[in-house]
Amino acid sequence: MKVSIIIMPKKAVLDPQGKTVQSALEHMGYDGVQDVRVGKYLEIEVKDGDPETVRARLDEAAHRFLSNPVIEDYRIEIG
Amino acid sequence: MMRFAILQFPASNCDQDCVHAIRVLGHQADYLWHKEESLGAVDAVIVPGGFSYGDYLRCGAIARFSPVMQAVRRFADGGGLVLGICNGFQILCEAGLLPGALIRNRSLQFRCEHIFLKTENRTTPFTVNIPEGRVLRLPIAHGEGCYFAEPETLAALEQNHRILWRYCNASGERTEGANPNGSLGNIAGICNERGNVAGLMPHPERACEPILGSDDGRLIFESVLSALNAGRAAA
Repeated sequence: MKVSIIIMPKKAVLDPQGKTVQSALEHMGYDGVQDVRVGKYLEIEVKDGDPETVRARLDEAAHRFLSNPVIEDYRIEIG
Repeated sequence: MMRFAILQFPASNCDQDCVHAIRVLGHQADYLWHKEESLGAVDAVIVPGGFSYGDYLRCGAIARFSPVMQAVRRFADGGGLVLGICNGFQILCEAGLLPGALIRNRSLQFRCEHIFLKTENRTTPFTVNIPEGRVLRLPIAHGEGCYFAEPETLAALEQNHRILWRYCNASGERTEGANPNGSLGNIAGICNERGNVAGLMPHPERACEPILGSDDGRLIFESVLSALNAGRAAA
């Protein structure tokens, strides 16, 4: 089964990459872009199993390792 | 003679500089591979700079789980002195041995230059030999050195005098222009609550001989040596 983990910089954390992309979009003429934040997207293939167990395991991994809770938030999507 | 362990991870690249600096100061320095589970009989540990594990995922995120870091944690828990430099600072933060995190420089640029540091607390094992009012001139070389922590963490660091160094100008004034990476409060280096684990982004090991343009880095290592000597005398 496929699990996606999306990791984003916390709102309080400055995201210079997002700001730079935003200003590039503006320069290219893409009006109306109000905010850009750049994060990470992980696609994880795991052995089929109980979705809740899989979620709990990957939630632990995301908290301990895949994200840094000081600067990032994450969400897990299964399927 | 004091014995320093210099950790080596895949893609550490300041390990040799650290070994050289400690030997120049007349002490013993040995490399310690990241797969080692024990530090052996060492007096202090240096986690050197570099790009451990290619900086994949986040700087220091993978190195913190190596066997040697579990040994470093036990050493630190027992009061041993641990200094993290650049990537070593990032690893110590990822490991939770120091609070906060180091994120992408606000300019998005990799900065490689000499900066000035003001020492904010001269009573720690890492700063005790630094004369009052002395501005240190040290090199930096990093792309992810912007120190970030939650407001409560920052307040606790301030209150307990755990901010050891801040970026300043040549006259020792903390200015926005003197901050090379956007670190909150111009923070360049901090220590843990107990004061035996410290990290900083600048490279004191690259500034221990006049031929390198500055020997101000010696003051930091000499502080560690003074603290170790004081510890031995007390034991």
